[in-house]
Amino acid sequence: MFLQQLINGLTLGSVYALIALGYTMVYGILELINFAHGEIYMLGAYLGIIFLGFFTAIGLTSCNLPLALILTFLLSIIFCSSYGFTIEKIAYKPLRNAPRLSPLISAIGVSIFLQNYVMLTQGATDKVFPNLFGIAGFQFLSVRMTYLQLFIILTSIVLMISLRIFVRKTRMGKAMRAVAQDKVMASLMGINIDTVISTTFIIGSGLAAVAGLMVAMYYGLVNYFIGYVAGIKAFTAAVLGGIGSIRGAMFGGILLGLVESLGASYISSEYKDAYAFILLIIILLVKPGGLFGKAELEKV
Amino acid sequence: MARQNWKRYRSVKSERLQKCSKSNPPSPPFGKGGKGGFPGGKQYKVVKPFIIALWLSLLFLPFKGLNAALLFFIIFSVLFLFLKFLSPYKIIFTSGLQTFGKKIHDSFFVTRYPSLITRYALLLLIFIIPFLARDYFIDVAILAGIYIILALGLNVVVGFAGLLNLGFVAFYAIGAYSYALLNTKFGLDFWSALPFSIGLTAASGFLLAIPALRLKGDYLAIVTLGFGEIVRLILNNWDSVTRGPNGISGIAPPSIMSISFGKPSHYYYLVLFFVIFTVFITRRVHSSRIGRAWIAIREDEIASSVMGINTTLYKLYACAFGAFWAGLAGAIFAGKMQFVSPESFTFMESVLIVCMVILGGLGSIIGVTLGAVILVLLPEILREVQLYRMLALGAGLVLLMIFRPQGLLGGKGVSLRG
Repeated sequence: MFLQQLINGLTLGSVYALIALGYTMVYGILELINFAHGEIYMLGAYLGIIFLGFFTAIGLTSCNLPLALILTFLLSIIFCSSYGFTIEKIAYKPLRNAPRLSPLISAIGVSIFLQNYVMLTQGATDKVFPNLFGIAGFQFLSVRMTYLQLFIILTSIVLMISLRIFVRKTRMGKAMRAVAQDKVMASLMGINIDTVISTTFIIGSGLAAVAGLMVAMYYGLVNYFIGYVAGIKAFTAAVLGGIGSIRGAMFGGILLGLVESLGASYISSEYKDAYAFILLIIILLVKPGGLFGKAELEKV
Repeated sequence: MARQNWKRYRSVKSERLQKCSKSNPPSPPFGKGGKGGFPGGKQYKVVKPFIIALWLSLLFLPFKGLNAALLFFIIFSVLFLFLKFLSPYKIIFTSGLQTFGKKIHDSFFVTRYPSLITRYALLLLIFIIPFLARDYFIDVAILAGIYIILALGLNVVVGFAGLLNLGFVAFYAIGAYSYALLNTKFGLDFWSALPFSIGLTAASGFLLAIPALRLKGDYLAIVTLGFGEIVRLILNNWDSVTRGPNGISGIAPPSIMSISFGKPSHYYYLVLFFVIFTVFITRRVHSSRIGRAWIAIREDEIASSVMGINTTLYKLYACAFGAFWAGLAGAIFAGKMQFVSPESFTFMESVLIVCMVILGGLGSIIGVTLGAVILVLLPEILREVQLYRMLALGAGLVLLMIFRPQGLLGGKGVSLRG
């Protein structure tokens, strides 16, 4: 029972971690709570359904399932990244030097807009994601793990490792870290801030698209307001780990998933959504900078 | 000798300067021409609207299919061409918006005497609404009044003290449910339950603030958001007390000496009384010692603590005082609807209240009142295009932030540091 919940929590947690990465990267660079990020995740799930439906209609799914899946993933990543890029250009870029509250309100506006946009174009009812993997899985020491769960966990791990390599080793990653530390100084060193910020949004949105697609596969149902709850939980995960820290977002996400699934099975499943916030409040009170965050000193 | 050298140096220098300016021609005035993979500024300038339109309609493509995307492309192209055509006049538009806001602002605060007549006319209109309008419109006006009280309460927290609260609806819910429970379980009438429910709400604001105020800025925002969600979940799941999603019905409307405020027109005056009360008190508090301390904290926390303000204590006051009004609004809401359910207290409500405060202008009491009225009336006016009104709200928020971030009537450059 405990191990089973651990596996479920890990699956959920790795999805949260993927979304949290987008939040934490944007926050690290722009100091903005990107409320629209949850909607990108929701768009990812919807786009997955749309493209898979399209491939089924032209008969690709039945003759070559892996290819159809890969194409679906790629297309929804591309589209979500474009959405992220466009949102940044329209809603956040003009507000780069505005007071802190303005971009936050703008982000809330984008979030409301995207939710209703999807509701209007796709309908307010639940959409069903075709069950491709079935419930096939394997048994290991009285723990059942489906292939889908394994797929989700592995994909997340691979993505997180490659993100880490990207941020640590490449030129762009270095530029990102520099911009996160000091925007003005970085631009004096010849870094194009706009490009870095756009890249951040593109990568974050791509990760959210993958997360959305995998959740759509996992639960099989998609709704136009899934983005809100998932977004808030992922943000909670990012804050848990210390916002701005990529490692923190990964651990925060997984911790949150574990707490939620263990709490739901051992305490009460009705308050499933509340555990995230209770955990958040407790951790922030004990360690206001999050688990991996540094305590900030305020300069006069 | 030295003189010759100097001459040669000057000529070489000017030659070099000329070379430099030749190899780097001044960039075209439109945008940051040539940047971002579109070399050849002039051509790009012409096709830019089409490129943007194509891009946006491509993004739209998977959701509605090819025909809709094509339609979108045409609409966007026309729109952007139109905007481009208008772009020299853009400055007129934005400055027009600014002067419009300033005009309203001035008519309330600066030029006192000329607007006196309009002011009294407005006041008279507000007082005689129940005689003019249908019941439906009176209901809307009552709702607007409730939201004015809520927005003014949030304005204390966000506008005066500079603490962003994204879970303000929690206090509203506590106020509404406490009156509902006191009335249905203990049989207290509105006036004797009101002090309890307001007191409870203010106390909960105070209690939440004690731990939350150790945090700053965005962390504070997210913790208050979490608090709002937790309260809603408790209301939704604590079946034995709150009856869960079914809500509590059969709440008695307030009454004075056996005259019940059941009719909308009667209730309107009750709400009007409370709105005036709220405006009066918040204005007085705003200019009091406490209010000035809040503004000092908002502008610079460290400086104000150096000046001897106990910042934590005053922030606690702000949270409790803001929650106080939310409790009042909640009780009025419960009395009006005679029914409460968790559905009325979602995160969207919190966002709506924040939007009212921002739209009107942070810290400006008249502005926030106006913001609340606009955001309550707008959905009613837009009822014909009901499906699109939330879409419009979202886009409107973004546009508002871009073109007038200080809100309609806020002019004093409120900075929010958290």
